Amino acid sequence: MAEFRMPSLGADMEAGTLVEWNVQSGDRVKRGDIIALVETDKGLIEVEVFEDGVVDKIHVQPGAKVPVGTALAFIRAEGAAPLPAAAVAGPAPAAVEPKPAPAAVPSPPLPVTPPGERVIASPSARKLAAELGVDLTVIQGSGPRGAIQRADIELASRAAKPAPPVGKPAPPPPPERPAPPDYQAGMRRAIAAAMSRSNREIPHYYLEMEIDMERALAWLEGENLKRSIKDRLLPAVLLLKAVAGALADVPELNGYWLDDRHQVSEAIHIGFAISMRQGGLITPAIHNVDMLSHDELMGAMRDLITRTRAGRLRSSEMTDATITVTNLGDLGVKTVFGVIYPPQVALVGFGRIMERPWAENGMLGVRRVMSASLAGDHRATDGHRGSQFLEALNKHLQGPETL
Amino acid sequence: MNGKPEMIKTTYREAAREGLRDALARDPRVFLMGEDVGHYGGCFAVSKGLLQEFGPERIRDTPLSELAFTGMGIGAAMGGMRPIVEIMTVNFSLLALDQILNNAATLLHMSGGQFNVPLVIRMATGAGKQLAAQHAHSLEGWYAHIPGIRVVSPATLADVRGMLWTALEDPDPVLIFENNTLYTMEGELAVDAGPVDIDHARVLREGSDVSIITYSASLHKSLAAAETLAGEGISAEVIDLRTLRPLDDATIMGSVAKTHRALIVDEGWRSGGISAEISARIVEQAFYELDAPVERLCSAEVPIPYARHMEQAAIPQAESIVATVKRMVKSHG
Repeated sequence: MAEFRMPSLGADMEAGTLVEWNVQSGDRVKRGDIIALVETDKGLIEVEVFEDGVVDKIHVQPGAKVPVGTALAFIRAEGAAPLPAAAVAGPAPAAVEPKPAPAAVPSPPLPVTPPGERVIASPSARKLAAELGVDLTVIQGSGPRGAIQRADIELASRAAKPAPPVGKPAPPPPPERPAPPDYQAGMRRAIAAAMSRSNREIPHYYLEMEIDMERALAWLEGENLKRSIKDRLLPAVLLLKAVAGALADVPELNGYWLDDRHQVSEAIHIGFAISMRQGGLITPAIHNVDMLSHDELMGAMRDLITRTRAGRLRSSEMTDATITVTNLGDLGVKTVFGVIYPPQVALVGFGRIMERPWAENGMLGVRRVMSASLAGDHRATDGHRGSQFLEALNKHLQGPETL
Repeated sequence: MNGKPEMIKTTYREAAREGLRDALARDPRVFLMGEDVGHYGGCFAVSKGLLQEFGPERIRDTPLSELAFTGMGIGAAMGGMRPIVEIMTVNFSLLALDQILNNAATLLHMSGGQFNVPLVIRMATGAGKQLAAQHAHSLEGWYAHIPGIRVVSPATLADVRGMLWTALEDPDPVLIFENNTLYTMEGELAVDAGPVDIDHARVLREGSDVSIITYSASLHKSLAAAETLAGEGISAEVIDLRTLRPLDDATIMGSVAKTHRALIVDEGWRSGGISAEISARIVEQAFYELDAPVERLCSAEVPIPYARHMEQAAIPQAESIVATVKRMVKSHG
């Protein structure tokens, strides 16, 4: 018997609204099934179940907003007797849960390590995880071979603690009559909080570089000639690969500023800003961009854009980005002056690719040119490092075949 | 005690000589013997002037036989003297290894506790002076393998000044390894500097990200590396082992428990060396404190080359320490 609880889907999440059940009482479920849809300030999130069993009793109905950790349903082991009606009414009795769940982690996030596979974690990280009650299978490791290290446990433990409310406390949800969820307002508030924090805490510096895109686009056009229309690559694929390549050269821009300390990430998870048609913006992460082929990356982008606009993102995609890329070129913008998404330390902006007079080797020609900009966190890096990054980006875009 | 002690500018060589002079003056049973220690003043000029000051009875030139004069030292120690035997370099000490291991280190045990051997053997060790492969190896880790002797390695002026007398007071054999590149090292030493303990390692720089565990000449490279790393936001703790046998496990494990990462810098060879022993102890005693594999930076596994650039490339340097630590800490978060 296990409780299926309202998960914590971000450091600032205190409560979530159950939007829909994909199961009903009596349904058989297995570990990994997506059984509910939860609305948070960041959007709609699909929630997985972590046990095999049978849905015994659903006791939070769609539309209800409940605090993180609230039991939403009971999952009974197959063959076990159904729970007597009285037992589900109140808070979970001790007998239902022999080991009290650690207070810091109200509900398991999505597992990173598939069941049955060995978790690679340093001895010290294992010890700390045991002390703090952190489940190693849900931690994304940042060490070599994805090994979980102390810092990953510390990060997870901090993220699991409810953040203090910022500013005016939200009014209590109206009892009984569930109001239609205001997704727009929630997202706007989340953006407002993150961006206010960014401008309050992060001393930004800005750099811009004009990049000759002729070689990159010519290569891309050549590639696309070999492909069917549905498999064609967008310039964004090259731009993201170039960012990943430049981050490998200048890793300092990839990571976080946490606890007054610059924490460089080995994994390259690029947050890709996707605007919502109804307004607002979500920056889900494309994981390990440096390891994806062009086609894999194109597939990942398509999938992410579709799911983002449908409001169906996974929690790890919402929290894992190590840097953000904003591409506003489609809208005709020439240069992006970005606001860093904390606790990241850099944002890369791409403007419109446009034909411009371009002088090179004493000759004037017309080239397709793009402005690439960098907003850097001056606590973590200096303009010198930032310049090296833009130069590396340029270098990679001049050799598109190696990306 | 009030205020800072008065300091004088001196060198490692002069501090070593001061330690000898102090011991010779304190105890009439103390005498120094070895190749060229008298008239020539010692092959590294450590004992220069002592023959004139203390006379040929107590500053004794010996024939070129490490086996013979080390054995003489053992006999003298058993007979109630407090001999200091100087061997030119650790490479030559292999000629005396039979005496050191089969006699000095074992007599107490084999006599059922009846005979101590209060002998001190000093010798130069280490690469960096273009003395080539017959003179430049670092074999102190081998001696640290032997039960029955104590192995110390002074890296600082205070230690080279103060370890000798403490070693002479030990009722059992003590080997003192002086890295020959340190003799010209200048620094400040308290005017009233005296004997120091030879039981404990010392944390010479506090840090939180990685423990650099080292000794002798590599200590100074490690401290320089720690300074460079501090400029890049990495906080390295630097431990001077001082005594290689017995190892001060408590200080090592205490540091690893704080930093969760350990790098051992040792001018000896890696395979089967003292660095392997320290690494094994950390894994045995502090496994659950480790956030990264223990790493070792040792000499290349070749006879130490003569050519200067090759010799420098063969041994740990501040730059290679910096690079290794950055790689170890980079994977962090």
